[in-house]
Amino acid sequence: MAILVNKESRVICQGITGKNGTFHSLACRDYGTNMVGGVTPGKQGEYVDGIPVFNTVWAAVKETGANVSLIFVPAAHAMDPILEAVDAGIEVIVCITEGIPPLDTACALHTVREEGRRLIGPNTPGVISPPERCKVGIMPGYIHKPGPVGVISRSGTLTYEVVDQLTKAGVGQSTCIGLGGDPVVGMSFVDVLKLFKDDPATEAVVLIGEIGGAAEEQAAKYIKQEFNKPVVAYIAGRLAPPGKRMGHAGAIISGGTGTAQEKIRALSEAGATVIDNLTQVGAVMQKILG
Amino acid sequence: MNLHEYQAKDLLAARGVAIPRGAVCYEPLEAVITARHLKSEVVVLKAQAHSGGRGKAGGVAIVSREDDIRARAAAIIGKRLVTRQTGAQGLPVAAILVEEVLPVDQELYLGVILDRNTARVTIMASPAGGMEIETLAREHPDKIFTVSVHPFIGLKPYQARGLAYRLTDDRNIAGEIVKVITTLYEIFVGYDCTLTEINPLVITGDRVVALDAKVNIDDHALFRHPEMGRLRDRTQEDLLELSARKEGLSYIKLDGNIGCIVNGAGLAMATLDLIALHHGAPANFLDVGGGASEQAIADAMSILLEDKRVKAVFINIFGGILRCDVLARGVIKALNRYGARLPVIARIEGTNIDIGKQLFEDSGLPIQMIPSLDEAAKLAVEAAQAA
Repeated sequence: MAILVNKESRVICQGITGKNGTFHSLACRDYGTNMVGGVTPGKQGEYVDGIPVFNTVWAAVKETGANVSLIFVPAAHAMDPILEAVDAGIEVIVCITEGIPPLDTACALHTVREEGRRLIGPNTPGVISPPERCKVGIMPGYIHKPGPVGVISRSGTLTYEVVDQLTKAGVGQSTCIGLGGDPVVGMSFVDVLKLFKDDPATEAVVLIGEIGGAAEEQAAKYIKQEFNKPVVAYIAGRLAPPGKRMGHAGAIISGGTGTAQEKIRALSEAGATVIDNLTQVGAVMQKILG
Repeated sequence: MNLHEYQAKDLLAARGVAIPRGAVCYEPLEAVITARHLKSEVVVLKAQAHSGGRGKAGGVAIVSREDDIRARAAAIIGKRLVTRQTGAQGLPVAAILVEEVLPVDQELYLGVILDRNTARVTIMASPAGGMEIETLAREHPDKIFTVSVHPFIGLKPYQARGLAYRLTDDRNIAGEIVKVITTLYEIFVGYDCTLTEINPLVITGDRVVALDAKVNIDDHALFRHPEMGRLRDRTQEDLLELSARKEGLSYIKLDGNIGCIVNGAGLAMATLDLIALHHGAPANFLDVGGGASEQAIADAMSILLEDKRVKAVFINIFGGILRCDVLARGVIKALNRYGARLPVIARIEGTNIDIGKQLFEDSGLPIQMIPSLDEAAKLAVEAAQAA
């Protein structure tokens, strides 16, 4: 078991004939993901190393029964493919694209929520379920190992760092999800925690937050009230000066809110084990799991 | 990207929102002439700089006709304005806005943001304008009223009316406020803003007038508003940060002496935190991004090597799409060009690590490779302290 994606997932890539789309579609397939097709308007009938290309998501869904989509479309046009995926019935949409205007994301997200679908990202490394050999994203697959820990993060390489520590400490992962570094993203910490709560394969969770917004505070509230599995948390950005976007569009302290200190306090009070030294996350989780 | 007050007011005025009479002046003499033309007993001189708190920092002067306007203007124009938001260096002031001073019956607040939690545009209004919204939120949260706008339906008249009647009981004034709210919302959505704000919006007799205005535009959406890009005032931004952005790097200057190169924003923030944990002080935040080229790495390295404050360089790379061999080539290129005057501590992990290590070893450059992130950070702090 795992959450969001698994062995049964039938995955397409929107933008499969682009450089990144091709590279990562094949990397996902190499990892074990069931890549059933791709979409690039005007290129139906072509193949990307054996993966069939369709003109529209409707056609791809009709022919392949796809239910998960990985999106690599330039930022200026990325709202449209998200809406297309929703309209064609895709359940889980993973949008890797960075730099989508937030008002576009907000519009797309509205439709995603109204239709009861899941959007991961934008500006995310994606999602991977090692026990299911299913990767829908750009993370390096080989650092992962099947196991009992769920990982949720707003970051890419910081997540790889933590996963690498876990794996080297002998602690495997059930599912790892990057929520995305933008101010407006699809799934939140709380959305994912709810899924981990009901997932028998997940025994503990690593939550990696950063400055900006209030998603970590909301997670803290949910953990305190309803979440019954151990949580190890790390928050990046203690040194971030106010008013500056720290690489991620969403990582900004504005009006004195969204600081690392507030998030650390909220998570500690909720009973999470908050780690100060990033390099200790793996060791602490190993100890918790015994 | 932020606009100056006068640029934001121009946008409002072009859509029918009343602003005080006045003009932008680049010379003290211009200010004198403008003040005379205004035929106002008192005028206000306002420094045009991208910062709040200008008044408290001496960037705003209210002067009467008897005052030496030229001298007062000369005290602001061409100087650097240091506010609590700018840091010690301050921001250059090339122009002042010279405006009439109006009698104020009441000060109101209007602001538009994109609410990250609901993913909806949210309009905030308060009858307690004049103070900063953050202070207001802390001290009088009950005096802030909000409406949330459906992304596909847009702002509806009842919503603007609902806010207006919480600010006034006067039907005519409420009608004027509705127009201002609608305009502020239209600018926000029309130009992909991160913030549009009028603080204060004042009631003066039977009119409402925008005494101050802020319009901040999302950089990610500038591609569809090229006319706004031309309003960018580069003197208000850090030169290094600007040139880094051109190379596709994300750079932010900090106060310390350890230069940092990291891939990924989260890991870059965490690296700064780790340095601080070992009692060191980073000179910068620098995210080279996920798929940086050899040239981008070399450019990143050059930025640090040109920075006189930097006493040690700390490279922390978790290679995914970015391969360690590409990283190593970029670093070596920059070090060969600038000379290896600084200690360089590198912690690299991930794709093609063996090739990367080999390249560093063969280069003959004094690069210390430390496999443990914690050890590497500690060593970088010690190296900077020893220098």
